[in-house]
Order: sequence, then structure tokens, then C-alpha cells
Amino acid sequence: MLKIFSRQPVALLALIVIALVVVAGCAPAAQPTAAPPTSAPAATNAPAATNAPAPTTAPAGGATATQPPPTPNGGIIFHSSQFAPVNEAEAMRNVILKDAPMLVDFQPQAAGPFVDIPLAQQKAGKVNIAVLGGQHGDFPAFANAGLLDDVTPLLNKLADRKFPEQYIALGKLGTDKQYYIPWAQATYIMVANKDALQYLPQGADINKLTYEQLTEWAKNAQQGTGQRVLGLPIGPQGLIHRFWQGYLYPAYTGTEVVNFKSADAVKMWTDFKELWKYVNPGSTNYNNMSEPLQSGEVLIAWDHVARLRDALQANPDQYVAFPVPAGPKGRAYMPVLTGLAIPVGGPNRAEAEQLITYLTDPKTQTLVAQNLGFFPVVSGADTSNLPPGVRLEADAIATMQASPDALPALLPLGLGAKGGDWNKVYNDTFQRIVIKGEDIQTVLNEQAALMQGILNETKAKCWPPDPASDGPCQVK
Amino acid sequence: MTSDARVSALSPPATNQSFARRFESALPYILLLPSAIFLLIFFAWPMVQALILSVRTPDGVWTTQYLERMVRDVNFTDALRNTFLIILIAVPLQFVFAIAMGLLIQAKLKASGLFLYFWTIPLAVSDLAAGLVWLAIFSDRGFLNSVLRTTGIMPIAFSWLSFENYGTLLMAVVIAELWRATSIVMVIVVAGLQLIPNDYLEAAEVFGASRWQKIWNVMLPMIRPSLQVALILRTILAFQVFAVVIALAGRSMPVLASEAYNRYGELNSNGAAAYALVILIFSLLTTGLYLRALRTSEEEMGR
Repeated sequence: MLKIFSRQPVALLALIVIALVVVAGCAPAAQPTAAPPTSAPAATNAPAATNAPAPTTAPAGGATATQPPPTPNGGIIFHSSQFAPVNEAEAMRNVILKDAPMLVDFQPQAAGPFVDIPLAQQKAGKVNIAVLGGQHGDFPAFANAGLLDDVTPLLNKLADRKFPEQYIALGKLGTDKQYYIPWAQATYIMVANKDALQYLPQGADINKLTYEQLTEWAKNAQQGTGQRVLGLPIGPQGLIHRFWQGYLYPAYTGTEVVNFKSADAVKMWTDFKELWKYVNPGSTNYNNMSEPLQSGEVLIAWDHVARLRDALQANPDQYVAFPVPAGPKGRAYMPVLTGLAIPVGGPNRAEAEQLITYLTDPKTQTLVAQNLGFFPVVSGADTSNLPPGVRLEADAIATMQASPDALPALLPLGLGAKGGDWNKVYNDTFQRIVIKGEDIQTVLNEQAALMQGILNETKAKCWPPDPASDGPCQVK
Repeated sequence: MTSDARVSALSPPATNQSFARRFESALPYILLLPSAIFLLIFFAWPMVQALILSVRTPDGVWTTQYLERMVRDVNFTDALRNTFLIILIAVPLQFVFAIAMGLLIQAKLKASGLFLYFWTIPLAVSDLAAGLVWLAIFSDRGFLNSVLRTTGIMPIAFSWLSFENYGTLLMAVVIAELWRATSIVMVIVVAGLQLIPNDYLEAAEVFGASRWQKIWNVMLPMIRPSLQVALILRTILAFQVFAVVIALAGRSMPVLASEAYNRYGELNSNGAAAYALVILIFSLLTTGLYLRALRTSEEEMGR
């Protein structure tokens, strides 16, 4: 059998050489970071037609950073940290992007790869992403690496969209360049099963709840049902860190950062420990609250509107959506802004701008609200015809924003790639105080030191509602 | 193929023939080359990079800060303890079950072939899917609580997976791991058992060995190399236990691999690499330990 090769060594050698060339050609695409197992929804969901690999042969003259590779056959690549769950990605592809003026390869990613892939492409000098779609907090890592193009000219062309001034300001990331263009907004609200309404404390107005009343409500519900029915998304992919940052802390201390270890904060954690007695212990496994709401495990929940939508949509008559509770310093809530950016050296600049123009069109914005539950950031979007579940959310947000004690608390600003470490400080604080039962003030002092380290390292100034600072924000 | 006579008749002059011989002796290595290159580029190189990540800052300064931060982390000791607990409980049980199952299949009972198929089903199920299957069983509104409620054994739902009930949470994870990973051990054990020549068992019978003596003194020693492979494989994989724990326990039961995943999610690749380093070190240590402890000497094999 082996002898057949001995007669044709040239053919075999040629085969080996071809294999080597293929392997070598693939090598630059290898990511330079350790990648522990992550689910890659994009890879498994992308329709076959859009999965065409980028051409491996370089155009004449060689591919350089100044000479971007040609568009793959599957359309321009739209790399997004948003709408990664399968159903949302499908809605993006089949509804939102269906009428886009060009073929778009929508590639949603989990948090880690979302940041790593563009940075690795930048290092390799071969950026094939045309448009980046992410949350406000996703962009500083790119801006710091010099990956984001200034889109001020495009923003000027889109003047008729009438983006809110504060959103345009957020898109500058504290510089004078426009790094991203506002895309869509969302926030976190509360949802309750109507079965839980009977346990509302005497005289409580569901649209004007306080954290004290929420605790009492959850306590009554526990006594009535025999179960702990308040749920929070504390699972590995849950968004609980926003609850500490944008809800509990500002509501109790008036700040996200400055009063982190103050007496108000101690009172806050003391109160929360009381509330925790009535929180479903399954919460540490909840990544979104739609599922436990639908299963009936949870009757009262706090979460991101996109992560409550499935329950509300499935059974809009069974649930009420309402504003978050207020603390001593106000009804704090966190508006979430997503944006669109163009990477330096990306392919098809003109088409990338057209895609952003299309995505910020009032008609597209309406589609996103109807199908994905993220709300428009432009004027003229028609939200009169929302599906019933999304309607409930929109009304709750409107009530919350119009509350006299409303206190918007912005997403962390200027932390760059340290955003993850920042969230960990809050989550670890919760874990140490509430789960492990450590002394509140001791934990707060130690965690505050970690916070200050991140602030000093990134030189991040205080962001609203914290009072403005000259240098890095200081924990008092 | 062709006969040797025809080959030599058709062969070109002697110099070419010696080239052909040399080529033939080098052929195995040439055939190995592509996979070796593949492993180097896509396995060894990223691994080296990951190790470097754990001890070097993005600016290229060598440091132990990531390792120090990991050790000081609020979850580190928990993750270490949980990982070891799962290994210490699950791996021995897996071997007991796997050997029992393997012997049952070898006993050539009726439909024992069918058993083999059933028992290998979990092999085809992905880790995460296995975790989700058991989540559907153990969650508050899961199958287990439904059964307990309808049969009146436990009228009030019990939170098996709550962080407050560490014992049942650990039990659920161990059961899911057993279900998921026993079959791979069993397959290796069965393969080993099938390689035992019948002569040995017949000889044991001639000498009047009981069934138990045959298992203990003949079969188990004969499958020691298989057990060694299975043990190394299972323990290394158990150090990486991840999806089952994430699905069942969420944040309630940190393990080394889930902490690495969390660091990566927090955009802290260096911290993730530090955990990867710990997993690697433990894997290497246990592999070395097993290789020493279960050494099968040449004489023993040639017995």
C-alpha cells in the first residue's frame, strides 16, 4: 500500500506543501488570547449564505491597513454585542436588516469576543468589520486602542434625526471626537405577575413604590404563597451589577461612586439584607427574569426591558410593568444607550455609513422597538403601534421618567476596558455582605479601595448623578 | 496491489530505489507532520500565549499581580474547594459505576448489547445540554419537585439548587456529572475487558477461582492500563468542569473554569489566564501522580 506513494513522491510532497500553505494562511486569524469555552451564537446561527469566509488571497500589492480587504460575499460585517440571543439575532437578520440598502452580515458576540475580535483584527492590520454596534460601556476599550473613527461628519449629515443632546455627548466618551452615533435606548424596570398584586402593602401605589414598600410586599407575598417570589437576575450572565450601580446606590446615597462606603451605603446594605430574606434563592441562577416569571417561580422581578419582554409578550394580560422603587434620595434608574461606530481601516466606509443611516432612520427605529423592545433615540419614530408586551414596558418607562423624584444614573463613564473589573467590585460587595454575611463597613472600605484603584488607573472623572470632579473620581 | 517482482522490474535505476527506501522510512513522520503542525499552531502556541498572559501585563512587564489578585479573590478558595470536592466525589463513583457496567456488559446477559447503546447515549450529549436536562429536573418547578408533590412525599417545593442548600446543590452537580461522564469511562473499561484473552479466565477457572477472585485477581489487573488512561482523562476533564456547573448552579457554585470564564467576560484576559494556569498545573500534577501510582511494569505485562 505504501509503495504507491514511493512512486509518486512529488505528488505527495505537493500535497504537504499545499497543506502547509493553508495552515500558514490561517495562522494570523488565530486569536492571541486565551479563550475559555464560550457559546458563540453568531457562528451557529449565521445563515450559510452569510458565512462566506473572507478571501485569503491578498489583492495585488498586498493587503495593508490602508488598503482594506474587499467585502466578503456575505455582505458588510456588522459586529454587535447587542441582540446576541438566538431569537433576537434572527429578528435582526430577518426583519430589521431585511430592507437595508446593502447585504449585511449581522454577527452578534458575547462580551469577551465582542471586544477581542476587533482588537485582534486591528493588531493583524486586517479589519474586516464595517460597523460596530455596542453598549455605551463597550466603546471606551476600542477608543483607547485607537480603533474608532471620528464620525462627526456622519453625525452632521444625520442632523434631521434630532438625537438628544446628552446622548450625543455620551458618544464623545469625554473627548471632542464623536466616537459613536446613538442607536437605541433601553432601561431596567419592574414587572409583577397580577397574582402578586393582592399582597401589595396597604396604601401603596405601584407606580410610586419605595424600597421599604417593596420589602413589605415581598414579605407579604412570601407569607401568602409560602414561597420567596421576588426575583433578581444574579446569574452568571445576569445584569445585577446595574441594579447596584444605577438603582440601589443612587436611590440610597444619591451617587454611584462617591458615597460608596458612606453611612447611607451601610443603611442601604442593611435594608437590602432585609429584602434578601424574601428574594428567591434561585436568583443566583437567573440570567433573565422572563423565564422564572413565566414558570411562576417568581412573581415580582427587576430586569432589563429586553430580558422581561418574552414574559410580557407571551401573556400581556397576566403581568403589570411598573417603575422601579424609590429610596431616600430618589427614584434612581439607569438609562442604557447603545451606539454605532466605524472602525479605523474597516472595509466599505460608504456602505458602513449607509448602514448607520439606515439603522437611525425613524422607520427602522420603529421596527427595533416593535421587534426587539429597544426604544428609539430619534424623533419621528412611530411608537403608537407597539405589541402589547412592549407597550406595557414603554408606559412603565414613561411613568418612571416623569416621576417627580426620578433620578437618572448614567452607565459608568471613562473606565475603558476596566468596566468588567468595575462591575465585579459591586458584585463582590454584594456577595461578601449578603451571601457570606461579612461586616458591612469593613467590606465597603476594602471594596472602595479597589474602586479607587480602578478610578486612579483610568483617570475616570465622576459621572452623573455623582458631582462633577476635576481629576479622577474620589470615593469619600 | 502489485507484486514485488513487478515493482522492481518497473523501478528506475538504483539511486532512485535508495531514495524510495529512505522516503518510505521517513513516510510515517511526513504523515504525522500536518497534525503536528496543526497542534503546534492551534494548541501549543495559544497555550503558551495564555500562560504568558497570566504573568505579563499588556505593556510587556513580567508580573505576579494577576496571580496575587486571583488568590485574593473572594471566590478563589470556594472555586478551588468546589472543584476538588466534585473531583473527589464524582471521579471514584464514575469508576465504580463504569467498572460495574462494563462487567455487566461482559457477562453477556441477554440484551447486554442494548445496554451498551443506552449507557453510551450521554456521550453524544453536550455538557451544557446535560446541565440543562438536570436543571429541568432539579429546579424549583422541575420534574423532581413535581413528582415529590404529586406523590405527597414533599408537599412544599424544596430548592435543591439554592446556594443555601450547599449539600443538595453539590449532589445535583455530582449526579449530573456522573450521568454525563461515566459512559466515557465505561467505553474505555469495556474496550480493556474485551482485550483480555480468554485463556487467562479459563486458566483461573481451572485453578478454581471464584467469580469474585476472577474479577479482582485477573480482570482488574489486566485492565489497569485502560483504567490509567480513563483516570487521567476523567480527572483532567473534571478540573475543567464548567458547563454542567454553570447550568445547574449559576453563580452559587464557583469552580476554577467558571471563574476563568467570568474573568474573561469581565474583559480581564490576564485574570482568566491565571485561572487557566492553575488548572494546567493541577492537571499536570495529577497526571504525573497517576502515571507513577498506576505504573505497569514490563514484567507484569509480560506475565
